[in-house]
Amino acid sequence: MSGSNGAGPLIAVEDLVVRYAVARGLLATISRKPQHFVHAVEGVSFTVSRGELVALVGESGCGKTTTAQAILRLVEPVSGRIAFDGGDITALHSRALRPLRRRMQLIYQDPYESLDPRLSVRAAVEEPLLIHRLGGSRTERRERVREALSRVELSPPELFLERYPHELSGGQRQRVAIAASIVLGPDLLVADEPVSMLDVSVRAGVLNLLDRLREDGLGILMITHDLSTAARFADRIAVMYLGRIVEEGPAQSVVRDPQHPYTKALLSVVPRRDPRKRSRPEILSGEAPDAVRIPSGCRFHPRCPITIADCREIDPALEPAGAGTGHKAACIRV
Amino acid sequence: MSVALQEPGLIVDEEPIRSRRGIVWETVRRRPSAAGGAAVLLLLALAAVLAPVLAPYDLHEQVGPVFGHPSWSHPLGLDDGGIDMVTLLMWGVRISLVVGFAATFVSMVIGGTIGVAAGYFGGKVDTILMRITDYFLVIPDVPLMIIVAAIWGPSLFHIVIVIGILLWTSTARVIRAQVKSVRERVYVKRARSLGASHTRVVFRHVLPQVAPLLIANTVLTIAVAIFDETALSFLGLGDPSRISLGKVIENAFQRAAISTGAWWAIVPPGALVAVIILACSLLGGALEDALNPRLRVSHLAARTFRLRPLVGRGSEVV
Amino acid sequence: MSGLLEVEGLQVWFDLDRGRELHAVQGVSFSLEPGERLGLVGESGCGKTTTVLGLLGLLPPSASVAGSVRLNGVDILAGGEQTIRPHRWVDLAIVFQGAMNALNPVKTVGSQIVEALELHGLARGRDARLRTGELLESVGIPEARVDRFPHEFSGGMRQRAAIAMALACNPSVLVADEPTTALDVMVQAQILELLDSLCRDFGLALLLVTHDLPVVAELCDRAAVMYAGEIVEHGPVDALYHEPRHPYTRLLFAATPDLYGEGVPASIPGAPPRLDLPLTGCPFHTRCDRAFARCPQERPLLRELERGRSAACHLNDVVAEVV
Repeated sequence: MSGSNGAGPLIAVEDLVVRYAVARGLLATISRKPQHFVHAVEGVSFTVSRGELVALVGESGCGKTTTAQAILRLVEPVSGRIAFDGGDITALHSRALRPLRRRMQLIYQDPYESLDPRLSVRAAVEEPLLIHRLGGSRTERRERVREALSRVELSPPELFLERYPHELSGGQRQRVAIAASIVLGPDLLVADEPVSMLDVSVRAGVLNLLDRLREDGLGILMITHDLSTAARFADRIAVMYLGRIVEEGPAQSVVRDPQHPYTKALLSVVPRRDPRKRSRPEILSGEAPDAVRIPSGCRFHPRCPITIADCREIDPALEPAGAGTGHKAACIRV
Repeated sequence: MSVALQEPGLIVDEEPIRSRRGIVWETVRRRPSAAGGAAVLLLLALAAVLAPVLAPYDLHEQVGPVFGHPSWSHPLGLDDGGIDMVTLLMWGVRISLVVGFAATFVSMVIGGTIGVAAGYFGGKVDTILMRITDYFLVIPDVPLMIIVAAIWGPSLFHIVIVIGILLWTSTARVIRAQVKSVRERVYVKRARSLGASHTRVVFRHVLPQVAPLLIANTVLTIAVAIFDETALSFLGLGDPSRISLGKVIENAFQRAAISTGAWWAIVPPGALVAVIILACSLLGGALEDALNPRLRVSHLAARTFRLRPLVGRGSEVV
Repeated sequence: MSGLLEVEGLQVWFDLDRGRELHAVQGVSFSLEPGERLGLVGESGCGKTTTVLGLLGLLPPSASVAGSVRLNGVDILAGGEQTIRPHRWVDLAIVFQGAMNALNPVKTVGSQIVEALELHGLARGRDARLRTGELLESVGIPEARVDRFPHEFSGGMRQRAAIAMALACNPSVLVADEPTTALDVMVQAQILELLDSLCRDFGLALLLVTHDLPVVAELCDRAAVMYAGEIVEHGPVDALYHEPRHPYTRLLFAATPDLYGEGVPASIPGAPPRLDLPLTGCPFHTRCDRAFARCPQERPLLRELERGRSAACHLNDVVAEVV
């Protein structure tokens, strides 16, 4: 596992495919009915570099969470390549992955469930150090814990060290979870809906914290369904639909000059703060089909407002589109 | 950032027992049934431990006629060998409790390990372990105990083992269910994704959540173990060299205590067994109750809020 | 002056242990006309859900209530459960938070609506089934789905079914508690459009309870912002955004990211006050960026600033004094 000096992207995903077998009963197994699969991720490629915040957006079932889990090797991909800091990690065994787990951390959605209620804040933030046998002496570890807490703006740390999770608010718990993630000094943070369970007035604080961590050189992959958050905080946005990235590019480019009809529709229905700025919503009918039966050709064609006959045949690849650098869309009509 | 630590403004749903350590202690403190059961058990255990010191007479010394009546010097009379009943009971409780605890320990270790392994690893491990558990569940205990005791020979050690290997199944199921649910909690998954070893996850995150339930289950198992031992001894399969409460009853029964009318030889030991089992059931039951999620009165169900006269903090605006 | 729904001085207390009380709702007043959409906005713990549950008399035994709730001029809260019950669902209906997940999984959606109709004596047998079909159509569920079970419905359709059930008895007021929180943005748009058309086509008055300001901006004409159990600002949503008269309103908007807006959203430091302790001064003053001497000492009252606009903030008095 070679470590580069940071020249290339932090994480590079190529043609990732992840499938789940649909659970079936004994009868179906005996009668040898064909096994159905949930095509959670069907050929996804993107990169995240140091100091970059990439937002993976999409509706539920689009495969964004599965993609994040695959990157962290929490689920096994069927095919594709995942490279971390230049080294291929797709097929590494769990033992070889252990040192890597230090460098990639996951932040969970639910701050009320992601901390062990029996551990104090100090114990929770110290645990990663103990697991990876870092920070030699107890004093050293304590220092690292204090530093991590300061970094997530739980200052002064002494006030929080001996508290238990149930004494903290949601925002504070999430900060503790982030502290526990950064105490190891990771290079990549994967944040799965980091603020969706927090109050609105608290979200910005946590997101700004992630932004500052990004400035410190961390790469951040943020999974979110909230386009407004992605628009404000991400450097790049990748829009997913039914297991594919249908559009990606610089955040402002994607948001102000969307190319793919799905992106356009999605952006048009996001409510705005200013009542005077209600744009004309393009409400797509129905909901996304389940990922077991993916439509033929372009997977979006059944709901697409500009679909033509060819769309049923051709499965478009991501091609450059729009004006921004690296702005791509997967649509034959762009 | 905020120094305010309390989650404010929300309806404070008091569940302090859950969030602090010492759920066992809290339950005993708060519920009279648990406190009562615990007190009785403590008392009996004390009596058992101190039997050699406290017993009024010697265990093997005949101090009067066969089935002597209760008197001031012998409040519970004498048994079929002229031995003081109170002494017999104190020594009997000793053996009964020892067997009960020992057998429970065996079953706890087996059941706990299997339950944790099945619940934590899931998949094939779970299936295999649960099949084994099912086989053991199906075996009728008393007939098996009779057969094993008859073949293997009656000794305290054998009794403990036999009871132990029959009781672990319910513990295994209960623990497995709990471990399965704890396993899915986010902080457990987080620990795994951090790279924590299975050992660490189980001992640091899973077991602490499962321990209270294990304790509750253990206490209940003790009750069953003691009953089983009593039954075995009564059927004559117990260790003949040790006096347990079951043996006391058996002796009395064999020596025609009933036809003689010597109720004091049969009823007190039987009652004592019942008391022990009751105490264990109360304590264990109270612990189990405390661990169940409290059924909260849903505001959609009960509509019996109260009205108050309008107090003036009036706003100036409609 | 009797509007369709008039709530005045609604207060709710919850009993806590050791004789303490949680003052969850501290004097809420608002009114609703037919066809009007009012947003009740606030974050967790502000009391908005408790307010609407109090409106419908759906509070547990540990709650005590004061104030008046007038429906077409008649105070239905005055007699407690006795006076509210005849109006519940028939005049005032509610779609609870998470209602889409509370459908009975072992009964078909159609049968659950029929049950509601029969319970309230509005229709029986075939009539009930006909009406059920109509109701489902009106919320955009094809009638063919009447005999399906909830698990066969997608999230959005289950929410529509929950709305249909609430509308079964033809209420004039619909309360929706976080109706789109758990839904994807596209489905959210569909549900909001549905609520919009229901208001327009049937003259339904809508009380939308949510923490999501943009949703309120999208659907509602007016909004009341709640904080620490009381309404701190009330007025047309447009005015609330462009000329907020309470710092919390302004900061809450500022904390909400906008798709094309400029600037970086900022958190509001601190946390709301505990409602089980008596409050002195303005409940927001510890977090306010414009607090001054009067704020910690005196609690501001909700005052009408101009027609249809009110706010509870001493800053508005300062301006008035200058003039």
